[in-house]
Amino acid sequence: MKDENILNMTALEVARAIRSGDITSPQATEAVLSAIEEKDGELNGYIRVFGDRAIARASEVQKQIERGALDYPLAGVPYAIKDNICTEGIPTTCGSKMLENFIPPYSATVVHDLERAGAVSVGKLNLDEFCMGSTSETSFFGPVKNPWDTTRVPGGSSGGAAASVAARMSFYAYGSDTGGSIRQPCSYCGVSGIKPTYGSVSRFGLIAYASSLDQIGPIGRDMLDCAAALNQIIGKDPADQTTIDTVPIDLSAASEFSGKGLRIGVPEDFFAEGIDPEVEAAVRKAVHVFSELGASVTSFRLPIARYAIPTYYIIACAEACSNLSRYDGIKYGYRSQNAKSLSDIYVMSRSEGFGLEVKRRIMLGNYVLSSGFYDAYYKKALQSKALIRKAFDEAFVKYDLILGPTAPSTAPRIGESLSDPLRMYLSDVYTVLPNIVGLPSASIPCGFDRNNMPVGLQMIGPYRSEQTMVGAACLFQRSTAYHLRFPEKRGEDA
Amino acid sequence: MANFETVMGIEVHVELSTKSKIFCGCSARFGDEANAHVCEGCAGMPGTLPTLNRRVVEYAVRAGLALNCEISRFSRFDRKSYFYPDLPASYQVTQLYHPICKNGHLDIVADGKTKRIGINRIHIEEDAGKLVHDDWDDCSLVDYNRCSVPLIEIVSEPDFRSADEVVAYLEKLKATLQYLGVSDCKMQEGSMRADINLSVRPVGSEKFGVRTEMKNMASLKSIARAIAGETRRHIDAIESGETLIQETRRWDDNKGFSFAMRNKENAKDYKYFPDPNLMPVIVEEEYIREIRASLPELPEEKKARYIREFGLPEYDADILTGSRYLVAVFERAADICKNPKEASNWVMTELLKLLNDAQMQPEDMKFSPDSLGTILNMLTEGKINRAVAKKTFAEVFESDVDPVDYVRKNGLMQVSDTGSIEPVIREVLDANRKAVSEYLAGNEKSIQFLIGQSMKALRGKGDPQVVRDLLIKGLDERKG
Repeated sequence: MKDENILNMTALEVARAIRSGDITSPQATEAVLSAIEEKDGELNGYIRVFGDRAIARASEVQKQIERGALDYPLAGVPYAIKDNICTEGIPTTCGSKMLENFIPPYSATVVHDLERAGAVSVGKLNLDEFCMGSTSETSFFGPVKNPWDTTRVPGGSSGGAAASVAARMSFYAYGSDTGGSIRQPCSYCGVSGIKPTYGSVSRFGLIAYASSLDQIGPIGRDMLDCAAALNQIIGKDPADQTTIDTVPIDLSAASEFSGKGLRIGVPEDFFAEGIDPEVEAAVRKAVHVFSELGASVTSFRLPIARYAIPTYYIIACAEACSNLSRYDGIKYGYRSQNAKSLSDIYVMSRSEGFGLEVKRRIMLGNYVLSSGFYDAYYKKALQSKALIRKAFDEAFVKYDLILGPTAPSTAPRIGESLSDPLRMYLSDVYTVLPNIVGLPSASIPCGFDRNNMPVGLQMIGPYRSEQTMVGAACLFQRSTAYHLRFPEKRGEDA
Repeated sequence: MANFETVMGIEVHVELSTKSKIFCGCSARFGDEANAHVCEGCAGMPGTLPTLNRRVVEYAVRAGLALNCEISRFSRFDRKSYFYPDLPASYQVTQLYHPICKNGHLDIVADGKTKRIGINRIHIEEDAGKLVHDDWDDCSLVDYNRCSVPLIEIVSEPDFRSADEVVAYLEKLKATLQYLGVSDCKMQEGSMRADINLSVRPVGSEKFGVRTEMKNMASLKSIARAIAGETRRHIDAIESGETLIQETRRWDDNKGFSFAMRNKENAKDYKYFPDPNLMPVIVEEEYIREIRASLPELPEEKKARYIREFGLPEYDADILTGSRYLVAVFERAADICKNPKEASNWVMTELLKLLNDAQMQPEDMKFSPDSLGTILNMLTEGKINRAVAKKTFAEVFESDVDPVDYVRKNGLMQVSDTGSIEPVIREVLDANRKAVSEYLAGNEKSIQFLIGQSMKALRGKGDPQVVRDLLIKGLDERKG
């Protein structure tokens, strides 16, 4: 089979082809590696690519599959992982100069899970430095570009992950989502992704940005791939006390999900001032598809949404400044060569090792946690979090799913956002809510704007409602073709 | 000169004697090679997460119950942030907002009076590592063995008015925690550390003076000296109109003076906030009941029982119960020899003397708990005499010899058959004519000298009563 044909398959199709003997895991891996070779010079989605190492791993997995020793649903399929997830013996940089040469002596729990499942890693994906950014431009290793239009950003912080899936440089990928870092790049790159219920995936080995919000999740070409990818990494982990017991998603049930009786709520607050009219039109059209498929759709008010951004940025920055205080130039990571005293080591290493956006958020975090300000900011944010939780609890009595836009606009041009950080923060307005209260959320492609840039539909469900959410997304993808479009085919079937 | 009153509160840090550290599987053992017990977790590596050692909660609850505290059904961990190389994550996990225990007390006896000291709170936290200065290379090295060793911090109310009260409190606290088995409380090794918050005010004043916190006292004696020194500094400042600053000071025991610490310790913005990686600690009533039921007999109850059941003097009972290690030796010996008074006398005189001579604490004793009882049995059965018993006990204390073996190998069994002793007595009487004639002249004290000479000739093994009887008999014969 030709590389091009292999690359056009979904992850589950590749897995089936490997199991049936039509292709081999090394073949699929070679195909992905040559796609990376061809495109990543321009897109910059990968920080590190495992060439021979990936092929060797694929051959080993192939043997196990042939022996019948591996029957996981995605065994042998190449994937890539965001470079904030620790891989033993392999540099894990978080897109930062601070960790440019950091080689963890341990792997994340999810990496072990993936090894057991016979997954083949082809590389580590670019990201905003320490996941702080919504554009994947703040990486020390240079900005990632959007495969649909390389003058635009892919979104962030899992921009490398979304771009690699969209550009067929990986069959599926894992990112992490703290305030939209999986969903928003999925929206900008026209791919699907899930931010799971907080606690369903172990965070051990995920380099923390904001611990109470961070969650690892999959990005794929369609929702069924995402579900299969998510199933590989869920479960309670003794190394992460915040993990919960989770039931795997039933893929065949998801494929047969019916819209009849599904109750959908649409918060009108998500279509307020600031949303791009083309995004609004595409999202409303997608919601209409659901009502045509038998769901009941109701508009409602979610006024608490206006506190989403301040609540999120206070909690995230507070946790971030604490989590990032370990990068002090003492034990590992960057140490300034100009330091002459202990105080120099701290000040100079951190000033030189961190980029602008990271420093901005550390400053914000220190400010809100300073004595005398705690009650006015952090405590208020926790109160606001309780109110947001209450609002969602009430909404989910009436609705099974909440639908809306993933982001207020399609992908901006490179350079536009960094000059106006406040505007960049505001673009997270829809995605941060589920993180604040730990709810599962997903983004799937639901249209294109006049520039042929993808638009994303965000789904938010109650705790542990991944089965319903994936079912509804699969139903939508069975009825629409947005997720089937490739960047290269732009214009052909618009 | 106005009369001043010293007001003090104490913060005691106690390292818990759990096998492993608080958030990882590393050993919490003291004294091993630098960085022998470090993993990615306690070294604060990126992406690592803490998992709470449940034993730490159990120990804290044990301490809380023994110190009459309310146990919080809900407690939680907070991060305390500051930069220092001994703190790898640059924050210490502690409990600021919701401590595990609150509102307890401990009764102490000082200056002959019983006083109740309030305990404001007990919270759980992790210890930091240690910086070691390498003079050879002129650099600082860091040892992370102590990093994340579990601690409890016991915060008293400002109820102390004298150094005697402070010392009595610390001794009682140490004894209680040792009884509970939650800590070995060795001040020299740093597993018990006390910081003193001290202020001075004119007698009769309701208002507290400016408070300073003193650290770095490695013994009870040094604490007493620090209190005296700091009190004097405060009074001098007040009398000469100087302004005292609320600050943390380091006691220098050699110089006998406290010095303000560098800014690190005095920059108090620790940016506390709840640790998002650790779940709240929820303690059920049932759990508290189980731990309460498992508490050992504590010093006060034990003391009362010793007086009641064994008829020991209050002073002796107080000293004995002051350390679980003395208790262990005493109770085992009393159990073996069935004579608690005798066992108590031996601990009170011989053991305390040996400890004092060796400059050791009771917790440093190494000998087998059965040895003293065995020695006392040999003594009662007449197998050895009192002098040999003392000598044997000293050997046991020194090098944990088996007392029966020791006596046998060194031929120290008591000689009490008259047949073996009579010839020796004759020789002694013949060789010491002067003493004999003094005795016969009416100086009965001379017999002591003759007993000593006879015991010497018997290499200490003679039964003193038999020796005495035979000497008197021999002397009577020489009266002529």
